[in-house]
Amino acid sequence: MSENPNEKRRDFLQLSTITLGAVGTAAFMWPFLKSMNPAEDTLALGSTEVDIGSIEEGQSITVKWRGKPVFIRKRTKEEIEEARTVEFTDLKDPAKDVDRVQKEEWLILVGVCTHLGCVPLGQKMSDTKGEFNGWYCPCHGSHYDTSGRIRKGPAPNNLDVPPYNFLNDTTIKIG
Amino acid sequence: MNHSSEPKKYKNPILNWIEFRLPIISYFEKEYGEYPMPKNCNYFWSFGALASILLIVMIISGIFIAMNYTPHTDMAFDSVERIMRDVNYGWLLRYIHSNGAAFFFIIVYIHMIRGMYYGSYKYPRELNWILGVFIYLLMMATSFLGYTLPWGQMSYWGATVITNLFSVIPFVGEGLKTWLLGDYTVGNATLNRFFALHYVLPFVILGIVGLHVAAVHVHGSNNPDGIDIKSKKDTVSFFPYMLLKDTLAVCVLGVLISAVIFFGPNIMAEVDNYIPADPLVTPAHIVPNWYLAPFYAILRAIPDKLGGVALMFASILVLFVLPWLDRSDVRSCNYRPLYKWFMILFFVNFFVLGYVGLKPAEGLYLLIARLGLVYYFGFFFIISPFIHLIEKTKELPASISDVYLGMTK
Repeated sequence: MSENPNEKRRDFLQLSTITLGAVGTAAFMWPFLKSMNPAEDTLALGSTEVDIGSIEEGQSITVKWRGKPVFIRKRTKEEIEEARTVEFTDLKDPAKDVDRVQKEEWLILVGVCTHLGCVPLGQKMSDTKGEFNGWYCPCHGSHYDTSGRIRKGPAPNNLDVPPYNFLNDTTIKIG
Repeated sequence: MNHSSEPKKYKNPILNWIEFRLPIISYFEKEYGEYPMPKNCNYFWSFGALASILLIVMIISGIFIAMNYTPHTDMAFDSVERIMRDVNYGWLLRYIHSNGAAFFFIIVYIHMIRGMYYGSYKYPRELNWILGVFIYLLMMATSFLGYTLPWGQMSYWGATVITNLFSVIPFVGEGLKTWLLGDYTVGNATLNRFFALHYVLPFVILGIVGLHVAAVHVHGSNNPDGIDIKSKKDTVSFFPYMLLKDTLAVCVLGVLISAVIFFGPNIMAEVDNYIPADPLVTPAHIVPNWYLAPFYAILRAIPDKLGGVALMFASILVLFVLPWLDRSDVRSCNYRPLYKWFMILFFVNFFVLGYVGLKPAEGLYLLIARLGLVYYFGFFFIISPFIHLIEKTKELPASISDVYLGMTK
């Protein structure tokens, strides 16, 4: 310990001033940083209702939810069969098809590739559907299967399933 | 009031008045008048001046475009078209700005190649090199932000892909991405902030350029022989010799950039960016601007999301430590018979990476990208640190004036 009692006092004052200054600066930064997060009106655009009554088996539609495309596909028997018979060991991001759908013919996915955010092809009849008959991302070559699971390419995860529920047999609410 | 005790250094009393209160006159006299330049410097030493002038051109043309641009997702694309068709000379301002950006990168790449080839990054100019890499990083960020503003298909999807790079960071990635975008996807909030940042970053660059120039003036410029200035015989003063030389270089640049602006303003543009942004349709082939393509090639060469992103950032950050990776005492590659060829191969490799970065990531292109990636990092982590163990460097000349006498004989 130093001989001069004032020196200790000075150290304490200096340290507490710096600490208080740092905390104050950090506190003032918060509102600035927070202002960059999504605003209230952006958050309010949270849900979309879709009429799915007119979709035939084997058809898909794309709707917009939170600015992103959502794929709604009425799957054929073969596609469901294909999705359910895959070995778990063949999957990069293992998930059961039954956990990814509420009704087995209705597959609902966020149409954003989990690699770098492009929209995969496969919605139109004329689109290439990739090697696993689901979707194919043209940006960096990721292949998804008939359950929207990643099978080949750089994407790390399956296509997301958005939160949704059936309001009745022909209407769903996404979000 | 002019007190009689004030020093009378100059004939002009106004200069004396200013000098006594703010010694800026003598500063400019020293740094841009008498400043000693090695007399063996070649035209590669003009590219710093060219880059500074282009920065000013970019800032001025940008300010005037901003007066007619609207940063809103519904209006941005149309406001750019209005600049092109209705605003007086708007087409000229925009073509100066878009091609100026490409030329800015060409100039800076040549400036960096010069620094690497002649070893300008070595003692005692390491900090100068680091400031330069900061400028380069800020340039990449600024050009990316600017590319988003016309709100065409390439703008939108380029912004989507690049901001998604941040989502690979474990745990905080998704939150960070949403924070950067201000929305769940690239949207109006994103466009607004990108415009704000695109406007302010060039002034940050200008500030760092000031430090970069001040730092090089402390120990003086390097030269093609990479040896220190030993006497006054080794140098010429900046004014008028270097000023005239740089002026000629500026004239040549002016001719080249005008040729592109007036006769091929879209040769470096992507046609897809003349289609308005559509969040539901991704273009078949997303490409970055050519000057960022080498890093895009590295990103796509790795079949793993986190790995690709990590290597891409590493390929830029490794530049910061180059002064410590290269262990040789000899600066200039003119005296390093082995390293010289690895260095030239590095430059070639960089532009090959850029070429494959603009092509689809498959087949032969992917293979070339992977080989290029291996050489890129091999150059920094194997060749640069260890080549001095086997390389026999040529004997350095005793002084710059000796070289100069040898040249005129």
